[in-house]
Amino acid sequence: MPQMNMIQALNSAMDIMLSRDAAVIVIGEDVGYFGGVFRTTDGLQRKHGEQRVIDAPIAEGGIIGAAIGMGVNGLRPIAEIQFADYIYPGFDQIASQLAKLRYRTGGDFTAPVTIRTPCGGGIRGGQTHSQSPEGLFTHVCGLKVVMPSTPYDAKGLLISAIEDDDPVVFFEPKRLYNGPFDGDADKPAVPWSTHPGGEVPQDYYSLPIGRAELVASGEELTVLCYGTMVHVAQAAAERLQIAADIIDIRTLLPLDVATIKQSVEKTGRCLIVHEATRFSGYGAELSATVVEECFYSLEAPIRRVCGFDTPYPHAFEWEYFPGQKRVMAAMQALLEEG
Amino acid sequence: MSRKPSLNIPHPPARPGDAPDFDYVQISAAGAVERPEVNSSVRSMNHLTDDLVRVMDDEHAAVGPWDPQLDAGELQIGLRNMLLTRLFDAHMVRMQRQGKISFYMQSLGEEAISVAQAMALEPSDMLFPSYRNQGLQISRGRNLMELMCQCLSNTNDMCKGRQMPIMYHWERGNIFSVTGNLTVNYPQAVGWAMAAAIKGEDDIAAAWIGEGATAEADFHHALTFAAVYQAPVILNVVNNQWAISTFQGFAGGERRSFAARGPGYGIASIRVDGNDFLAVHAVTRWAAERARRGIGPALIEHVTYRAGAHSTSDDPSRYRPKDEFAAWPLGDPLQRLQSHMIRFHGWSEAKHSALTEELTDIVTGSWEDACSYGTMSEGPYLDHSELFEDVYKDMPNHLLEQRDELRRQLEED
Ligand SMILES: Cc1ncc(C[n+]2csc(CCOP(=O)(O)OP(=O)(O)O)c2C)c(N)n1
Repeated sequence: MPQMNMIQALNSAMDIMLSRDAAVIVIGEDVGYFGGVFRTTDGLQRKHGEQRVIDAPIAEGGIIGAAIGMGVNGLRPIAEIQFADYIYPGFDQIASQLAKLRYRTGGDFTAPVTIRTPCGGGIRGGQTHSQSPEGLFTHVCGLKVVMPSTPYDAKGLLISAIEDDDPVVFFEPKRLYNGPFDGDADKPAVPWSTHPGGEVPQDYYSLPIGRAELVASGEELTVLCYGTMVHVAQAAAERLQIAADIIDIRTLLPLDVATIKQSVEKTGRCLIVHEATRFSGYGAELSATVVEECFYSLEAPIRRVCGFDTPYPHAFEWEYFPGQKRVMAAMQALLEEG
Repeated sequence: MSRKPSLNIPHPPARPGDAPDFDYVQISAAGAVERPEVNSSVRSMNHLTDDLVRVMDDEHAAVGPWDPQLDAGELQIGLRNMLLTRLFDAHMVRMQRQGKISFYMQSLGEEAISVAQAMALEPSDMLFPSYRNQGLQISRGRNLMELMCQCLSNTNDMCKGRQMPIMYHWERGNIFSVTGNLTVNYPQAVGWAMAAAIKGEDDIAAAWIGEGATAEADFHHALTFAAVYQAPVILNVVNNQWAISTFQGFAGGERRSFAARGPGYGIASIRVDGNDFLAVHAVTRWAAERARRGIGPALIEHVTYRAGAHSTSDDPSRYRPKDEFAAWPLGDPLQRLQSHMIRFHGWSEAKHSALTEELTDIVTGSWEDACSYGTMSEGPYLDHSELFEDVYKDMPNHLLEQRDELRRQLEED
């Protein structure tokens, strides 16, 4: 099986879809000749041409708005927003237009746009290169929201996102681009070739949007997480030798409630971990879902480990980042309770 | 003959391996462009958006109506600040390469713009810089050590460790906060100028963005508001030809200049040789007078070249010829001013070397001072509670709890 890092896997997904479907195009800042600031679209313009892999002016509102128009006119655009922190100039087009077009036209007009955007911290990027704004998008009806945690998932889910007839916001945890980062910044970085999720088939495959994945299983505790935090949670559980169900949510909306329910009914304890800030974050939705679905199985209050409710700092990055220590402390507390 | 429609994809004239080619840059002869009265109508000066205001000719003489007539002392200040900006940048790029700071953005080749403009404005005028305007700070007399402390996120960092390097601000120096989000400063500068007008004060505002950033909607917002309210503001577009990997054609510069956007909104607009210290100074003084006398806002396009990488994360050899700067027809702003001063103002190579030495010492001395406030690897360090301060004026309970949680966790370690 070929080894790929997450950048190569995403590149492969776009390459395959550009080859399979003439309606697919890629548009974004620096995505064409240069191949993207993270090199995710490297070589795609050379192979598929300038009319299909298109450098854009620096205007996120323009990129999303134009992608909607292209989608309405029969294309299947993949719009790259260079950093999730820079998506806000396009927010009106996403939240008021892209998300609601199908509904307000009774299904007559639709725009199957995929918005790819790198998110998350751990790269010393400060408040304008580290944000995790997924919760702003899961609160908008009409959008699907995806965040993979391995190259294998990234490719299969991106292909599904492109094929999806509804708009998908596809978050790429940039700290995972080159390896399965487990939150320990003092350790030498490891490449994806050390992880089974780095084995990625060369050819087309897709993974369903709406299905979570159980990445580790155990009886004591359920951890709900996604993106970089999947690796942090796994490392934390291993260090504590806790037998935990670790569920990679993968597709935040639609949410795979059945997998969550099955697990929490088994373990009775639930920890929610995300990098995004805590207050009104996506974890609140997960928590509410668990209470509604599994109330009588719960043996302890649900706990959340999230980013602190401050802008992402530059100094104190590792104090801010919800790393293994905070996750382990929450795991221990959960097991001691109830 | 019929042709199927296809997208126009702007192409830079040269890519890696090609010979640099700047034929597309429209250049007027030094001294050739007329200087309208400050109170001229916008309609009467459309030509200023296609012409290029230049003062220094090929023999380094200052010629024509835009010559700002600066004396030798003023020129020496300008040269000193440009050289200091360049040496500061070079030092900080080196420190980034050595892992001492996480990131840096230099202004190599664009120093004349910030330095001449800061000199042409009043100290009480409010500046809304982009990330490539460190020359504004230096010209307003900022202690280099303080800029370095910001880049180190140390105990003397004016941002208290909360921002990436180069995102400076200077409240007392009337320089607003640099942010990573492009073009947001443009309408903010207009609003500041509107407030000055509402309050009846004669301070003006100025803002800077790159040509790439003109594509953002905030550019349009700013020009509309500036024109509607005739706000006392100078809006600067630094056209350094490149926006990371995309050349200026991708921001819409293929057919008309960026200055040409202004008249469409009813704003007086001038295209200037951004590497000509004298021309930048003159044009800025003209625009400042216009704004200060309540005649209206101005847009200035500075034609220059980004001689360095976009940032320390960038590798320009992937998208443009390596030797482009050497072929840039408007030369090096520092060398041009130096040559002018050597020919006409008693400057000399010897004086220049001595100045370089003096300023290099200032830079290295400032760095040592800055490091005494802490580095990324050695204390003193900021207090962790700084993480939670200033999110609000008064810390709400949930942040107090999170602050205590972190404190407990760190005490356990
Ligand atoms: C809203 C927003 N979108 C994208 C970016 C990423 N970005 C940072 S600088 C840059 C290029 C800007 O080019 P230009 O405006 O020409 O200024 P220059 O860097 O050449 O001085 C881009 C795309 C950003 N910082 N903010």
